[in-house]
Amino acid sequence: MSDLLSISDLSITFDNGPRVVDGLSLSIDKGQTLALVGESGSGKSVSALSILRLLDERHAAYPAGQILYKGEDLLQAKEKRLRQIRGRHISMIFQEPMTSLNPLHTVEKQIGETLELHKGMRGPQARKRCLELLELVGIPAPETRLTSYPHQLSGGQKQRVMIAMALANEPDLLIADEPTTALDVTVQKQVLELLKSLQQKLRMAVLLITHDLSIVRRYADYVVVMERGKMVEQGATEALFRSPSHTYTRKLIDAEPPEHPLPAANGTETLMTVDNVNVHFPIRKTLLGKVKESFHAVQDASFELRAGETLGIVGESGSGKTTLGHALLKLTPSTGQFSLCGTELSALSQKAFRPWRRRVQIVFQDPFGSLSPRMSVEEIIREGLEIHEPGSSGQHEARVIQALEDVGLDPDARHRYPHEFSGGQRQRIAIARALVLQPDLMILDEPTSALDRTVQKQVIELLREIQARYRLSYIFISHDLAVVRALSHKLLVLRQGRIVEYGDAETIFREPQQPYTRELLNAAFFYQSTTN
Amino acid sequence: MATLSPIQRRRLNNFTANRRGFWSLWIFLVLFGLSLCAELIANDKPLVVSYHGDWYFPVIQQVPEETFGGFLPTEADYRDDFIAGEIESNGWMLWPPIRFSYNTINYDLTVPSPAPPSAENWLGTDDQGRDVAARVIYGFRISVLFGLTLTIASSIVGVAVGALQGYYGGKIDLFGQRFIEIWSGLPMLYLLIILSSIVQPNFWWLLGIMLLFSWMGLVDVVRAEFLRARNFEYVKAARALGLDNRRIMFRHILPNAMVATLTFMPFILTGAITGLTSLDFLGFGLPSGSPSLGELIAQGKANLHAPWLGISAFVSLAVMLTLLVFVGEAVRDAFDPRKN
Repeated sequence: MSDLLSISDLSITFDNGPRVVDGLSLSIDKGQTLALVGESGSGKSVSALSILRLLDERHAAYPAGQILYKGEDLLQAKEKRLRQIRGRHISMIFQEPMTSLNPLHTVEKQIGETLELHKGMRGPQARKRCLELLELVGIPAPETRLTSYPHQLSGGQKQRVMIAMALANEPDLLIADEPTTALDVTVQKQVLELLKSLQQKLRMAVLLITHDLSIVRRYADYVVVMERGKMVEQGATEALFRSPSHTYTRKLIDAEPPEHPLPAANGTETLMTVDNVNVHFPIRKTLLGKVKESFHAVQDASFELRAGETLGIVGESGSGKTTLGHALLKLTPSTGQFSLCGTELSALSQKAFRPWRRRVQIVFQDPFGSLSPRMSVEEIIREGLEIHEPGSSGQHEARVIQALEDVGLDPDARHRYPHEFSGGQRQRIAIARALVLQPDLMILDEPTSALDRTVQKQVIELLREIQARYRLSYIFISHDLAVVRALSHKLLVLRQGRIVEYGDAETIFREPQQPYTRELLNAAFFYQSTTN
Repeated sequence: MATLSPIQRRRLNNFTANRRGFWSLWIFLVLFGLSLCAELIANDKPLVVSYHGDWYFPVIQQVPEETFGGFLPTEADYRDDFIAGEIESNGWMLWPPIRFSYNTINYDLTVPSPAPPSAENWLGTDDQGRDVAARVIYGFRISVLFGLTLTIASSIVGVAVGALQGYYGGKIDLFGQRFIEIWSGLPMLYLLIILSSIVQPNFWWLLGIMLLFSWMGLVDVVRAEFLRARNFEYVKAARALGLDNRRIMFRHILPNAMVATLTFMPFILTGAITGLTSLDFLGFGLPSGSPSLGELIAQGKANLHAPWLGISAFVSLAVMLTLLVFVGEAVRDAFDPRKN
């Protein structure tokens, strides 16, 4: 067998439960990129971890299969041999750069550790190699970065350091487990391009694990599709994308959100006007509580929103988009004016604003964190009703049932608890909670970011449908431009708290005026532009 | 009980899975239940008296001595040979297993007090001729009741203060924390000594004074829990729904904080019991004459030649505290999210 790594008929179970990976076979050759694709829970990360036997073996077991690395079965290897292989012959990059680096060690120490372990490099020699590596992964001014701690680096830089650590011993195989999922689009593109150029330079094989098919299409030579632990299809990338044979693969490929929003409802009445809203966060205060220094999270935001229309707010992380949404809900103190249906809301006290809350609702990003784990679905949805519309419990129940039907859930589900639902279903519950109050405006704060592509598409369809039915207005906050494009009539681009561009969404997507918008669109859609 | 949420069910399972804690809880409950009926177990009055065909229940009613052929209108002394003989010859009486109450002095001792254990005084008597077994039973009851009251009261105060500090944060939190730091520096023992020279401290005085200081134990954990939870998305979501602060605190955050509180409770309880015992031991606790384990220890120390005093007090305290610590461990297991 000439392949660098070949996995045959691999199965994995946890605590003798059902097989989470069942009969996976694949092989990677030198210099090749193989993408392992599937939705969350399909077993891709577990398979990747099993290659280096990083699963907790008190729970995990391998009832069948082989993992051959250059002809050596890693499943039979001793722990000592595995330690030689890990980091030297096969290395791994993890998804979350924020927690994958030890916060107490400097960059030099983190990279130096693997060098010392596998190559016995120390002192000036190791330092020189560290510098080389940092240069290789494109960190500016590497000399000054050697003594930096992880918290002093940005997300993209941390991921670069992770890559430098993984490449320190010039491995034959690099396993990249969702290497860019936690990063902003522009950074995402840079990191992927970096990986690609490094692969060519070092002749590595790369096992790329991702749920994002547009990345796969551009970077992978070969694709393996997994569904619920089983491999459903594999083949060369182009061929597979052109003619997917399995329905699941087709579903994944078709999960790209639609390119245009449904036309906005007729009628021109203005629902919300926002005028010069500013948000400051104090950084330092004097002893008497006077603000000495503050962070300007949102600067002079002004826009208008009509009934039945969607305003998309896009920007990278830290651009202030969520803060702006919270300010409009008075969850964050702000200055400036905003009004709903002609009533000035910004001047109202928290108490006076409370009756207005039913008209402006919010759906959060994380469907796991936004539902109280100790309340049943019915309690969660009816809580708002109890405050705003005191009525009999029978009436409330009918409304809850109606809301659940509106979001496409079985009304019988109302007696269950949030943890019994999947991410997409939980997001539907969160939407039902907002919808049951019959609001005029819903602020959707990255409602699809934590979801798989296929589920994402369903939620987008649902949002479009509800908007058309109830003539709702949305403020749709997201970093994912493909999703924003599917819903927004107007678009607002934020960067470091300032509005960069604001106007008709269609126009901006077609011909962005500002260089920053262009860069953002480019990073988000370049996969398509290269393949279409 | 039919509506246990899955989380609660898992916790209950975790609790029962800790067999030691589970059995400790049952043993403790049985002992506590028995001690609540101490009057029926150890008393210097019979449970039932049948005299000339009439029935009397001296434990719950006062029967004057005249009824049984005596001369005084005051309550009968059933341990008196004359009265006892009179009743026995005209009927019968049913005694509780221990014929002494906590303050009954056994005047019929054949040896000088403290008398060693005998068939009459199972654990002997103390240096005032009172039955040790009876005093242990009553002392156990008063210790646990004191501990429970103090625990519940200080939990309520502690949770409330911690909740307010954590939820509102800012100045309330800042000044609250500084106040607690200063307050916890006050010496409780001196306060008690000063107080005992002004008033005669009873159960409620002691409770009040210990409460002044014991509420601080829970503030930190509850405050931390509220600080953390007020930024949870479901709390923000509740705010966006228009819930007022009180409802958010009670419905959405408090259940989180209750985990920490309940985990701490058995340990606060043991702390309260030890606190009371040590005050009694030093002589600043409950008024003299009341049954207390601390006083029994003090007697044991003063009468080293009568080891049954010290041993009885030690064994009863050790059993009680060990049981509570085991229960506490099981509760901690039950709320441990990493256990499944």
